[in-house]
Parts: sequence; structure tokens; C-alpha cells
Amino acid sequence: MSTPTPTNVFEYAPAPESRAIVDIKPSYGLFINGEFVDGNGTSFKTVNPATEEVLAEVAEANDADVDEAVKAARRAYTRVWSRMSGAERAKYLYRIARIIQERGRELAVLESIDNGKPIKESRDVDVPIVAAHFFYYAGWADKLKYSGYGETPLGVAGQVIPWNFPLLMLAWKIAPALACGNTVVLKPAETTPLTALLFAEICQQADLPPGVVNIVTGAGETGRAIVSHPDVDKVAFTGSTEVGKAIARAVAGSDKKVTLELGGKAANIVFDDAPLDQAVEGIVNGIFFNQGHVCCAGSRLLVQESVADEVLERLKRRMSTLRMGDPLDKNTDVGAINSGEQLKRIRELSEVGDAEGAERWEVACDLPTKGFWFPPTLFTGVSQAHRIAREEIFGPVLSVLTFRTPSEAVEKANNTPFGLSAGVWTDKGSRILSMANRLRAGVVWANTFNKFDPTSPFGGYKESGYGREGGRHGLEAYLKGADQ
Amino acid sequence: MTPTASPTAGDTSAHGVFDDIVGSESSLRRFLHGLPGVDQVGCEARAAGLATRSIKTTSKAFAIDLAIRMVDLTTLEGQDTHGKVRALASKAMRPDPADPSCPATAAVCVYPDMVATAKQTLGDSGVNVAAVATAFPSGRAAMDIKLADTRDAVEAGADEIDMVIDRGAFLSGRYMDVYEEIVQVKEACARPDGSSAHLKVIFETGELQTYDNVRRASWLAMMAGGHFIKTSTGKVQPAATLPVTLIMLEAVRDFREQTGQMVGVKPAGGIKTTKDAIKYLVMVNETCGSDWLDPDWFRFGASTLLNDLLMQRTKMTTGRYSGPDYFTLD
Amino acid sequence: MSRIDVRKTYKLYIGGQFPRSESGRSYVVNDAKGRLLANAAQASRKDARDAVVAARAAFGGWSTRTAYNRAQVVYRIAEVLEGRREQFEAELRAAEGITAAKARTYVDAAIDRLVWYAGWADKITQVVGNANPVAGPFFNLSTPEPSGVIAVVAPRGALLGLVSVVAPLIITGNTVVVIASEDNPLTAITLGEVMATSDLPGGVVNVLTGSQAEIAPWLASHMDVNGIDLTGVEDAELATELEVSAADNLKRVRRPAPDTDWLAEPGLDRMTQFLETKTVWHPIGV
Repeated sequence: MSTPTPTNVFEYAPAPESRAIVDIKPSYGLFINGEFVDGNGTSFKTVNPATEEVLAEVAEANDADVDEAVKAARRAYTRVWSRMSGAERAKYLYRIARIIQERGRELAVLESIDNGKPIKESRDVDVPIVAAHFFYYAGWADKLKYSGYGETPLGVAGQVIPWNFPLLMLAWKIAPALACGNTVVLKPAETTPLTALLFAEICQQADLPPGVVNIVTGAGETGRAIVSHPDVDKVAFTGSTEVGKAIARAVAGSDKKVTLELGGKAANIVFDDAPLDQAVEGIVNGIFFNQGHVCCAGSRLLVQESVADEVLERLKRRMSTLRMGDPLDKNTDVGAINSGEQLKRIRELSEVGDAEGAERWEVACDLPTKGFWFPPTLFTGVSQAHRIAREEIFGPVLSVLTFRTPSEAVEKANNTPFGLSAGVWTDKGSRILSMANRLRAGVVWANTFNKFDPTSPFGGYKESGYGREGGRHGLEAYLKGADQ
Repeated sequence: MTPTASPTAGDTSAHGVFDDIVGSESSLRRFLHGLPGVDQVGCEARAAGLATRSIKTTSKAFAIDLAIRMVDLTTLEGQDTHGKVRALASKAMRPDPADPSCPATAAVCVYPDMVATAKQTLGDSGVNVAAVATAFPSGRAAMDIKLADTRDAVEAGADEIDMVIDRGAFLSGRYMDVYEEIVQVKEACARPDGSSAHLKVIFETGELQTYDNVRRASWLAMMAGGHFIKTSTGKVQPAATLPVTLIMLEAVRDFREQTGQMVGVKPAGGIKTTKDAIKYLVMVNETCGSDWLDPDWFRFGASTLLNDLLMQRTKMTTGRYSGPDYFTLD
Repeated sequence: MSRIDVRKTYKLYIGGQFPRSESGRSYVVNDAKGRLLANAAQASRKDARDAVVAARAAFGGWSTRTAYNRAQVVYRIAEVLEGRREQFEAELRAAEGITAAKARTYVDAAIDRLVWYAGWADKITQVVGNANPVAGPFFNLSTPEPSGVIAVVAPRGALLGLVSVVAPLIITGNTVVVIASEDNPLTAITLGEVMATSDLPGGVVNVLTGSQAEIAPWLASHMDVNGIDLTGVEDAELATELEVSAADNLKRVRRPAPDTDWLAEPGLDRMTQFLETKTVWHPIGV
């Protein structure tokens, strides 16, 4: 079969987004009580994963810094934020939403530099949803009595977020917390602190009262200090299941309310009557969006045997058109792996896939010599018993399995400790609804994948965590409840 | 540049391969309805995604010249005159009289009664004459009249025939009627010397309404031996869109995989700017590959597009923005 | 000479059956005045394991029944309980040493609570579900679904307390393994008899009697249990231990509340705590 491949007859010239729009300082402190302070701990470096260039030195908050931040949050909660009317809180959140829109390009470029994700994603997905999230929850602030969860905030929220969607996860955490009247201490991931620090600046521009939002940078120890701080009333975490379990243990016996959004190993199920071209797009979007650094990534392709060959053929052809490289190039589809550590994990698990007898196929492309890169990859001949079908790789690696009947598809899809998301592709309406009912996952994308919206609750079953973010349901995590 | 009227992949229809399918109304229907469905939202999202590609510098210069070479410069008005057609033909040969490096368009596209005039002006310039036939644009006439319309245009010297399908028959499920009609029109494209005018099959996708229908029509026309599949007459809104063209590009891509034969695609109507044209070229490139980046396999049916391409071309060479006063109105 | 009573043997209620503890153990249950009431089965970790297996087996069928059907089954429990109210009043008076009036109050409340929850089966989805107006051409619906198998440490209220923690779980489609109040276990088994004759499928509710401190840790650490309700845990240290164990597979945890006023009207939270929200997206197109 002849597969036309692009030749240099129409090679796109580089189209880099200007980096001049962002102003990265050589060093950053902690944002506590409305001001940047030096902190008492050491510092760490954040690098551009596409080039390994050191971007800035960032303060590492120690226990005393975290304590300062919690105290500032408590003061702001008691004296200002919990006393303010919902309507007034709303206006601050609307302000923040607007400033995010105004500075959208700057945030997008900074996110791509610090995270490695393609500019077209940070520009067209992350940042617009961030603004939308603040806009959505701003509107709830003075309508909580209609939420079904009461109107009483919890107090100080300690929030720890991951590196895959740094600013978006910040928005998912801060917007509902503030709308409900809580104050926050948030720790961005150690490899991606810069947009959170820019967000701190946006809080200043919005004249948000000091202490309502505190950003403390650091690694695991800083996170632990937040989670276990006795004056934190609420813990919200997005990240690995392993750390999620540690947090659940750490808060045991306390009054802290907890929400956890953790790992996944989503099945993307393609039936023989699926709209195949769109299904192929959905598979690609499901696993290669954001380099596969997505907790709800469709990392297990379950394809009906009768169309498996055809789907794979189309998928490989489509993967061959993915453009990998400079995250700031507007034509880049797949950017850099976020860190050397993550790259190592992806490589290790892929090697396990080889060793277990799965067949590896990857896009032939020249990888840049510097930075952290992994080509879009798929494994065929994978069975449920393989580690690459069970463990979260969190990278651009797809495991392909087949099934024969709807029941087999459901069994395989549910045969995992995770339960975050799932995909179903079929043209038959009743089958979609049946599959959606039977899949044990918090989000089911039918004939689409990786869609997010501020109004739509997101979160998992089983070991993918508990609680929902987004929508009316997202308020529950930050209110005492109608019965209290 | 010299657009050639003979396809590189053999001028036989795909008969043979599809004998079983086109053997009966029911087998044809089964086949067309067995094609994978199209999810509207997903298809439109993919088209929109491709439209965000950023094309710069040398790639853009290449794309603009390629787009000019792909234009079927079109006038299909009741008020068309021989003078208008002569002017259009002149422009097709030398789009930018001030710049001899500017390529000619692929063809001019006119009503059958204007073919002779166009042919006379174009001579052996290499610019083809395309004629809309078969009771364009509605296609509502008796079969023998449609065939006479076609023969008339071919006799007058048309290199290419743009026929319309019977949308009424298609929408009422009489696929075999549509199939037979294409086959017969194709036969009417034959010249006494044994050569044949190229057949483009217009679906009027705005009337077919769904992408599923567009995909089915594409396969129907390809199986019947159409050399090109074309979106629209330009007389019905919506005319060409990126997603509808995407569906047709996927169809020709898949058809080639099954038969080895290439079929061309022509979006027509509503493509007015260089930016639009480049989006189409990106889509061609990423859906079918560079084999289709050729006037033999991809055309734009357009009238005002050419001047915008010329203005952008001038901007690329001079570094300043041009204005409409510097290009002819024809 | 008066007739000699036929006494009841109190066993466990697992998978719709009333087995003895596989361990062969039992323990003495006294009334409020310290006189022997009966010997209760002392469940072991293996009984707990069997109960989880039964609850898991029942989950698929129970959770996919129509809400209307679940409502009728739970309403049926209320009906059967109503028919046996004298027996429960007598048991409560004996076990808890309360007045006849008080016992009647609790039985009334327990029956009414079942009726209240029965009505929720086909309404909770409407109250806590949502159609979400996403910014795009997508149908987007969030609906609650049961978490799965839930372990419950029941509070002291032998009837009303037990009904109040079990009913909200099963009405939404969860299945339950409940550890009855250690001091007042007998009513729980009698309630099992009511459930066994109310069209409730075997395994939907499983009742263990015995030592909370012995059994609960096995349920808390069980990887096929999806949630744990610690309402009846009075020992704070044990509660913390159980919550720590529950983290092994991220069970949904409801923290202890042994002092709950069971006569007060409950809210939704006993149902919602063990519900998952599933959000389904689908494109809107032609």
C-alpha cells in the first residue's frame, strides 16, 4: 500500500511565537500575604525542558515559610475574605479572569517555555480554559445558596498541583476555593512554577486582598508541610496515585476535607462501526495531546478485532504527520517531555513493553539533541497482563489491545484499579449509552476525547481519586455542605 | 507552467474493481451506507485544527504560486459575454502582466456556449477550458439534454467538463441513477480521436447537507469514473468549506489505497483569500500528502481569489502591502 | 407448667444466607441489666472476606436495577418491618433497656426512614445530577452512580441507627457489609430476617456481628471495598487506623459520628458520600 508522506515540496517554515512577550526574572521568591518574600529555605532551578536552559532560581519553601503562608491565609480568611459578600468576591474573580485574558499570550508563552507543551495547546486550550474557569466560578460566588452544598466555606485550603497543566490546575483549584470564600496556599510543581508566580502578579494587579492567595514553591517536602499543617482545613491535590494515598493517610483522623485527582489508564474503545477518521483523531488527541502528560489520557486503545488492522494503518499514517519540536513553534503538535526524570520513566516503561514482547512502533523523526524528547509511540500485541497496559506511563505511548464483543471491551476497560476516564467510538446511539453506563470512570467521552469545560465535573472512580472539579459539583469540595 | 489534461494514474474508471458493488441498487446502497460514518463535530474540529497551521516565508511563496496554478478562473453568470470571457482568458494566461514570473492558472471555467470563445483566446497556452454542463447548476433536465449539453461543450473544445449530479435522485436514495448518469456523461466526454475531456463531478454539498452524504457521493462518483470530485456550483450556500473538502480528501486518499488510482478534488465557491487557499493546501498536504499538491489533482473554483493571491504575491516580493487598484478586475 | 421457649440462634447474614461464623466462635450478649440475652456469632476476618465477595457479586445486579425497582424493594422492607414491629419493640426494650414508648418511637422512625429513603431512589439523580452547558457542540450530562461495595461500622442505635446508615447506601445501588453494634448485635440479625423476606437480593446487605476492632481493619484494608463508613467507631485511635488502611485503595471514607441524633431528619450526605459523579460527553451533529 502506498502511503503518501509529505515531502519537502511544502515544508512549513519555522513559525516561532515571540518569546519577547515574557519577562523571566533570574530569581523568584514566595508569594505570601500579597508580597514576594525571600523565604527561609534553599532554592531550586527550573529549566526549559526543550533546551535544558535554566530559566530561573526559585525559592524552596520550608516548614516555616509554609507556616507563614498558612497564617497569612488564615488572617485573610478571618478578617477579610469570609466576611466579604459573595458579590464582592465575585468581582475579584471576574477581574482575575479578565487579566488572564489580557495577558493570555504572555501566560501561554511562559507555560510553553517552562512546561514544554506546544504553544498551540497553551494558547488555544490551557489559557482560554483558565480564564473561563475563573469566569465560571466568579458567577457562583454570590449564588452559593442555590448550589445544594450550603454557603459555608471551610477556611484555609492547601492545594498541591502537578506539572502537566500548571496554570490550568491552578485555576481548577483556586477559582472554586475563592468563590466559596476560602483562602488558599498553593504549591505549583517544582518543574513548572513560573506561571503560578505570574498568576501571583495577576492577583496583585487585581488588588486581591493580601493573603487570600499564597503561592509557595518547592518540591515534595513543601507539599507535605502544607498537607499536614494543622491549620489547613482542606487539602486538594492533583498528581500521582502514590502521593494521593500518602495524603489520604496523612490526613487520617483529622477534620481536613480532602479531594484527590490522581492517575488513570483510560481505555479508548473503538467499535467497528465507528466514524473512523474522527476516531483516529480522537486516539491521537487522547494520547499525544500534551505529550501524553494527561491523567485522563486514552493510553489503552481497545479496538474491535474486525477493524484493528485498518485503524492501526490509519493511526500510523496520521501519527506520521505529527510535528514534533520547538514548543514555541505554532506548528508543533508534540512538544518536549517535561523533565529528565519523567523521560527516564517513559523510557523505562517502554523498555518493559519491549521486554514483555509487545511490538513497538514509533514515528520516525529527528529529535533535537538538547532537551527531553520522546517520539509518539505505540505498542501492538499488548495484553492486559503487560505492565504497559496497567501502569500509567504519563507519556506519548499508546498500548493497543483488541476485543471482540462489547462485554469484552467493558471487562477490559474496567480491569484496572483506576477509573478516571474512558472513550467510546461507535455510530450506534444505544450502544454508546450502554457502554457509558457500564464503564466505571468519572468521565466518558463518546465519539470525542480530552474535552474539558468549566461547567463539566471532572474526577475519578476508584484509585483515580475522589471529589470533582468543575461545574456545580466542583463547589462541594470547598463548602461545608447543606447539612452542616 | 503547462497543466496537462492527462492524468498520471491511468484514465480507466475503476469499473472492474467495483463490479459487484455497482451490480445492483441494493448492493450499491449497502456499500455506500457501509462506509464509516462521519462525526460532524470531530470532522469540523480537525479541519479547524489544520487551519491553525502557520505558513511563512518560502513555504508561503511556494503556496501562493501553487494556488495560482490551481485556480479554475471562473465566470458563470447569465450576463457573461464573449468580451468578458476573452478578458478572463487573458487574465488566466497572464494573471500579473507586470510580472512574467507569475504562473498562469489551471483553467478558465465557463458555460458551454462560451467554450469556443475561451478556447480561441487561450489557444495553446496550456490553460485549459472547463465547461459546466448537464443543465448546470440545478441539473434538472432530461438525460438526453444533459448529454447533448456535454457533447456540445466537448465539441466546442472543452478540456474539462464540470457536471452536476442529480441531488434529487441522490437524496431519495436512487444511487444507481446517479451512478449511471455519471457513467453516461463520462462517455459523452469522449472525442472522435479517442481522447476524452476530463470529468469533474459536482455534488453541491450544500444541498447534500450531511458529511455522511458527501462521503457517499464521493465514492459514488469515484466508482463511476469521475476524474475530479467537486464541492459546489457556487450557486448554493454553503459552497466549499474546509470540513467538506476534508471529507472529500479522505475519500480520494482511501480510494487510492484501495484501487491505486488518484482522483482530484476541487473545492469551489466562497474561497476568496490567500489565507483561505493556504488552509486548503495545508489540508491537502496533511490529509493526502504532497502527491495531490498539483493542479492535476487539486483545483480551486474561484473568481475573486486570484486577485488576492496576486496581491499577497506582490507583498511577498516587494515587502509592502498592495491594493486592488494594481490588479485587473477581470 | 408453662411452655418452654424455642430460642433463636443468632447467626450472621451473608449473601442472603444465615451462616454461623466460619470460626465457630460466638460471644455472650447481655441485656441492659446484664442478663444473658443470647449468644451472637463472632465473625472472623474470613467471614468479612466472604461478606465482601457476596456484596461484590450482588453489586452488578443491584446497581443496574431500575431506581423504581430499588425503591419498591426498600419500601417493602418498611412494610415487612411494620408487620413485625412488636418483635422489634420487644427486642429494643430488652437490649437497650428503654421504655415501651421510646422503643415505639425508634421503630416508627426506622420504618419511616426506610420509606423516606425508598422515595429517594428515583429522585437523587435528578437532585444531584446536572446537565452541563459546555461551551461547544456537546451534550454533557453528569449523573451519580454508586461507588460499589461499602463497609459500614454501624452505630449503637440497634435498629434506627442501623437502618439510618444502611438504607442510604442501598437505595442508590451500593451493596453493603455492615458490622453491627458490638453491644447490641441481635436486632441487626433480626433486621436481616426482614431484609431476607423483602425481595432484597442476597448479598446487597451483609451483616456481621462480633468485634469491631477485630473485623473492621480487614474491611478497611480490603482492596475490593470501595468505601467505608466509620459512623459507629467510638475509639478515635481505631478510627484513624482504619482511615489510614482505607487509603490503600483510596476508599471513600466517612468519618466517625457515634453521637448522631438518629431521630433528626437526615440530609442527602449519607447518600452522596458514596456516589460517584459520571460525566458523559457526546458531540451534537447531524
